[in-house]
Amino acid sequence: MMKTAEMLDIFNKHRGDAVVIPGRGGRFWVELSDQPDRDLPLGDPAMGGHASFALGLALALPDQRVVLFDSEGDVLMGMGALPTIAEKAPANLYHFMLDNGVYATTGGQPVPNAEQMEYDVVAQGCGYPATYAIDNLEDFASQIEEILNRPGPVFVALKIDPEIINEPINARPQWQRKTRNQAVADMQAELGIERPA
Amino acid sequence: MAELSPATVLAELKKNGATHVVWLPDSETNFLYVLMSEEPSLDLVPVSREGHAFSTAAGLAAGGKKPVILIQNTGMMESGDSLRGWGLGMNVPVVMMVGYRGWTRHGVINDTAAFYTERFLHAFNINYYLVESDEDADRISIAFAEAEREKRPVAVLVGDEYHGFNVSR
Repeated sequence: MMKTAEMLDIFNKHRGDAVVIPGRGGRFWVELSDQPDRDLPLGDPAMGGHASFALGLALALPDQRVVLFDSEGDVLMGMGALPTIAEKAPANLYHFMLDNGVYATTGGQPVPNAEQMEYDVVAQGCGYPATYAIDNLEDFASQIEEILNRPGPVFVALKIDPEIINEPINARPQWQRKTRNQAVADMQAELGIERPA
Repeated sequence: MAELSPATVLAELKKNGATHVVWLPDSETNFLYVLMSEEPSLDLVPVSREGHAFSTAAGLAAGGKKPVILIQNTGMMESGDSLRGWGLGMNVPVVMMVGYRGWTRHGVINDTAAFYTERFLHAFNINYYLVESDEDADRISIAFAEAEREKRPVAVLVGDEYHGFNVSR
């Protein structure tokens, strides 16, 4: 098991200039990132959609490395995105998935079949050309460079500690430093993205 | 009765600069799929659940592309939360072409998919245009312009399921 913040801290040393969608790791990532204009800390626009969003971004920006920190709850809800990612096969997409076995933001109830799921096997079966399952920081640290040097799409299932939030939504600390649309606008400005006519 | 030609729809997509078609097959659009797959200016992104179409389109739009969504009304209704959070919440200027299963112009509706379609769009405050035949095709361009101007999804309801839209000619 890994602490999300510790895992992200190691990743950050290998990030390069990747565009990062921190997903449910966002509250930790905003404290670590030194390239906020290349971050898309979207929070939770609608559960289950992060992988598809990352796919769309990766297809739109083939010259940029796109890194997503998804969650197992999102993947379970949107599992049908995996074959689409595998079919489109963006070589610039790195799909990490945080697996703490629970719905941490609703009080820590277990996800379905939490103890038995092998998400890397699921991703492999969907057609991802490379998949990993990592459950400790030492292995993560030793493999992250190899992972990021492979052509995507790569799927990496990460076992992390549940860091459960059990407060009403309106009582939780607001970790987002800008709106979703501002985050997108900042990334577009940073990368010089213009909308087609 | 006049029909909506897949070639006309494809021409509208090209005219409006669509770069990606995020779609899930339905009975209205099979022949359009054949044409689109042969069109080099369009990248087809097949999804397995319509809700993924809105998050995929959000990512494409964030990256500067111009996606169009091609789904059926049944799937649109299943996609409510994704439409809310990714489509509307992220201000995605996207045209969603929606096969209007069960629609009839005489108003006798025997399919609940059709019965709830416009009610659903009203609930989400999504503007929409009905396209039944080639003569209506300019409404697709109107939808593109509105989506871009308003920075939000706009629907085109394809009301030609039973009139030949799916027929090769």
